[in-house]
Amino acid sequence: MTDRITGFIVVVLALAYFAGATTLSEPFFADPLGPKAFPMGVAFVAAVCGVVMLLKPDEEPAWPGLTTLLHIGYAVVALVLYAYGLKPLGFLVSTALVGTAISYLISPNVRTSVLTGIGMSGGLFLLFKFVFGLSLFAFPRWLMG
Amino acid sequence: MDLFANLALGFDVALTPFTLALAVAGCIIGTMVGSLPGLGPSNGVAILIPLTFSFGLDATQALVLMTSVYYGAMYGGRISSILLNIPGDEPAMMTCLDGYPMAKKGRAGDALVLSGVASFVGALLATIGLMLLSPILAKVAYLFGPAEYFALYMLAFATLGGIGSNNQAKAALAVCIGLGIATIGVDSTTGMTRFTGDNMHLFDGIDFLVAIVGLFAVSEVLVFIESHGKNSAIGVKLEKIRIPWADIAYTKWTMLKATAIGFIAGLLPGAGASLGSFLAYMQEKSSVRDNSEFGKGDPRGIAAPEAGNNAAAGGALVPMLTLGVPGSGTTAVLLALLMTLNITPGPTLFNDRPEVVWGLIASLLIANVVLLILNVPMVKMFSKVLQVPPAILLPGVTLVSFVGIYSLTGSYFDLLLMIGFGVLGYLLRKMDIPSVPVILGILLGGHMEVNLRRAMVLSDGDWMYLFQSNISIGLWVFAILGFLAPFFLRGKLKVPTQSS
Repeated sequence: MTDRITGFIVVVLALAYFAGATTLSEPFFADPLGPKAFPMGVAFVAAVCGVVMLLKPDEEPAWPGLTTLLHIGYAVVALVLYAYGLKPLGFLVSTALVGTAISYLISPNVRTSVLTGIGMSGGLFLLFKFVFGLSLFAFPRWLMG
Repeated sequence: MDLFANLALGFDVALTPFTLALAVAGCIIGTMVGSLPGLGPSNGVAILIPLTFSFGLDATQALVLMTSVYYGAMYGGRISSILLNIPGDEPAMMTCLDGYPMAKKGRAGDALVLSGVASFVGALLATIGLMLLSPILAKVAYLFGPAEYFALYMLAFATLGGIGSNNQAKAALAVCIGLGIATIGVDSTTGMTRFTGDNMHLFDGIDFLVAIVGLFAVSEVLVFIESHGKNSAIGVKLEKIRIPWADIAYTKWTMLKATAIGFIAGLLPGAGASLGSFLAYMQEKSSVRDNSEFGKGDPRGIAAPEAGNNAAAGGALVPMLTLGVPGSGTTAVLLALLMTLNITPGPTLFNDRPEVVWGLIASLLIANVVLLILNVPMVKMFSKVLQVPPAILLPGVTLVSFVGIYSLTGSYFDLLLMIGFGVLGYLLRKMDIPSVPVILGILLGGHMEVNLRRAMVLSDGDWMYLFQSNISIGLWVFAILGFLAPFFLRGKLKVPTQSS
């Protein structure tokens, strides 16, 4: 089923991409091929692949259970929050939090994961700041004045 | 005598204390990364690339560091194959077949030393092959025009599909995803934007390093969350290390044959080290008189795949340096490194930047000796690395990837993009859609389109121009064969199993 659904999505996306390519404007002095042809070719091949997947699906992949999928979802959310939080929260706090979260999601042991998070955050900060010379803010800027 | 003058230049570059230190550091990091199950050469190099930029290395130094990591990871991959029966990376898969049974017989140390020596033979001879063959291939590459390059890219994508997946449609789809992503941004021929949705961040296109780190590193973390780090049990105990001279003497021809096979497999664009170790093992098994011990700890079954995959690693550098078409996932990542450093691999590289090419070759020769020392007398130290639990290791991988990309681009948009690629990589892996063609598509898509359009300018829109020279006809024929061959060979390409 996964392959059939994916195949369908691929066909739809390929058609959308193809349609997008046809609306690209051709400049007056374009080369013989122009900017449309290559994307259109790619869309065509992708659509063919999608149809093949729809008609001849492989065996169903071993999807993890709902709990595990949720865990993966939590990890993705944690990473997205990290991307937004890195600057306002400063390196040390945000890195310790996300390090703890990822460690806990891999192996649910509070002590290990908290220690991993804090250790990683401190260790990497020293490494990046003083060995690689990156300009990282240890703490939120409003704390540093 | 050109060769010696060039080598002298190379050693002149490679033997400066700082470059030497980078090579040694690269070897150590590489062996560590390679020995960790799940982290292979491509992840290792991908995670470290952004850091080389923040470290302010010049082109030669960055390349020396990264190729040392690459070679080191190729050596290190066997350690967990032998001790845990889990390949440290994909090419080391074949080493499990006889390495683990041999270790279970109480000869883990012998298996590690033998495979280390086989890796050394394969990698060293392949580096010499690289040294001899690259300048010749670079001369041939001068004959390549846009039509030939377009055909060459087709060849790379077609053969890549045959190896990377069990399903040609999925492999081709992966290429299309990559090529499609490559068209995002400003069209270099006309200067107009395409597929950006007027998002400012996309005008420059998608940075391939962001895609690489996402697909290789972030997706790995998600895979580990799914498995809850289960694959981390310590398998076999390691006794005192000694050198099994008898086994080494017994397998010397095996190593040489496997090196030749691996090197040739590595040369094929898109094929890479996994194919090298696979073919070397299968050839050895089918050609010896008594193969009843294969799968039960035959020393030849350890020497062949290790010599084969390390030779392929060297061979894969040849098309990457001379033609700009990588032979494997890791060389694709190395190509990304070169492109970011504003170095265009290809024939002109050998004339314009000899210090880069020959410094690299000299460093690889040095790295092999360093790696032999690290992987034979000091292998016990690296076997300890296997005891680091994933719950500590993987958060480190995530955080290093984040800081690396952030330090490179300073944009949270790229971080989000990287996470997106991580999720994509996880889904692709689940569905048996290979991710290396996606990377290669993103990397080479721009060049592929530009060459196609140049060819059309030259021929004024006549498509037959693509099939006019002998070189391009040959490349097209190989591309078609490479794409179709797996349909017929799939039964033969089944991986054998341990028989103990």
